[in-house]
Amino acid sequence: MRVVKYEDIVKSIKDMIIYSTTHLAPDMQKALEEAYENEKSEVSRAVLAQLLENAVIAKNEWKPLCQDTGLAIYFVKVGTDVKVEGGSLKEAIYEGTAKGYEEGYLRASTCDCFTRANLKDKAGYNLPPIVYFDLVEGDKIEIEYAAKGGGSENVSRATVLAPAAGKEGIKEFVRKVVSDAGPNPCPPLVVGVGIGGSFDMSAVMSKHSLFRNIGTPNPDPELDMLEKELKEELNKLGIGAMGMGGTETVLAVHIETYENRMCHIASLPVAVNIQCHSSRHSHITI
Amino acid sequence: MAEYKLKTPLSDEDVSKLKSGDIVYLSGVMYTARDAAHKRLVDLIINGEELPFDVKGTVIYYVGPTPPKPGNPIGSAGPTTSYRMDPYAPILIEHGLKGMIGKGKRNEAVKDACKKYKAVYFGATGGAAALIAKAIKKAEVIAYPELGPEAVRRIEVEDFPVVVVNDTYGNDLYEEGRKLWEQK
Repeated sequence: MRVVKYEDIVKSIKDMIIYSTTHLAPDMQKALEEAYENEKSEVSRAVLAQLLENAVIAKNEWKPLCQDTGLAIYFVKVGTDVKVEGGSLKEAIYEGTAKGYEEGYLRASTCDCFTRANLKDKAGYNLPPIVYFDLVEGDKIEIEYAAKGGGSENVSRATVLAPAAGKEGIKEFVRKVVSDAGPNPCPPLVVGVGIGGSFDMSAVMSKHSLFRNIGTPNPDPELDMLEKELKEELNKLGIGAMGMGGTETVLAVHIETYENRMCHIASLPVAVNIQCHSSRHSHITI
Repeated sequence: MAEYKLKTPLSDEDVSKLKSGDIVYLSGVMYTARDAAHKRLVDLIINGEELPFDVKGTVIYYVGPTPPKPGNPIGSAGPTTSYRMDPYAPILIEHGLKGMIGKGKRNEAVKDACKKYKAVYFGATGGAAALIAKAIKKAEVIAYPELGPEAVRRIEVEDFPVVVVNDTYGNDLYEEGRKLWEQK
């Protein structure tokens, strides 16, 4: 049984948060550069130029790319042959989150959903995070982290279609979500789509799909094709960067399905999780 | 599409010359507020009480910045989504508010108020928060410190870059821009 120290996990998470919120993810950097080259609308090109300039300032000054430094979202794979010494893994993630956000001068954005009072004094700085645990073989701990802003979450949607709706129904739902969202979620976007599983699992998968690097093809050729078709169709909407009108609305569509593309014989769950252009995601293996 | 440099407070004349799509660089004093602060401001108006700042000719920036790093007046400070302020904006416009800075669509009531009382909705680039912070030279919390990032701040800005989204003539850049590039 491999032993990992609690303090080491706290520090790794803290460092990852501070780096990730101030340094644009390399896949997003490349995607924005390409969008700037391809965008035909002058207004949208000007917006994309600002975003690239913003990334330079943020990197040089270690300043948050966006003031909405998000909820901290984690997908954690824990090996069955690894043990944390000095505290639990969950506590380490919580402590690393609070330290990363507070010491990195990031915004505490968690609040009580009824009183709307900030939770920093009651629960801790930007706590609690959202954590999904999974057990795997091996002696490693793999942690994926994203800072997920509110603007793009607010326009995300989930539904359960009738099986007869099929691929066309899925496409129509995704198109409606992106079209209705318009300028609000800070396009250009990555559109995460979870298909199948259950009502709740489709939403979790739509979120997890956003961790895949832009430009990495879907391992399932049929889904890869569907992603490309959807991207092309969504870019016909004309929304453009920050909704100013343009040709580059969607940088990528990512689809994730459950094991063996499973869902119940009566259902076709579909969830769309929108990611703004300020995609802040990274992962570490401990 | 024209380019203007304007100083706050803004007059009817200032905002009347602006058209959707125009680029504007704003300088002077403005105030920050998000929905929690807007609710309190509007409650003050309804109860006939004094506001923490003079709303006449003012520009409100919809932002909840990150905490400032030592030596900086403000942290990263990009716009938040504006629809959350839609229930409160018309009454502020009626009382003399001339400009709002945010991102995303406004409802018909806000657009109508912009036409009726002459006010403009500006869009700033969401996610360009480190860049926009460069235009903010001073910041001071003047009301509701308990709201943390949502407190009302008096900020002094220089050449703050914005685009006119909704003008005083009922135009909407989001609708026009999309129509121009939409492929059926």
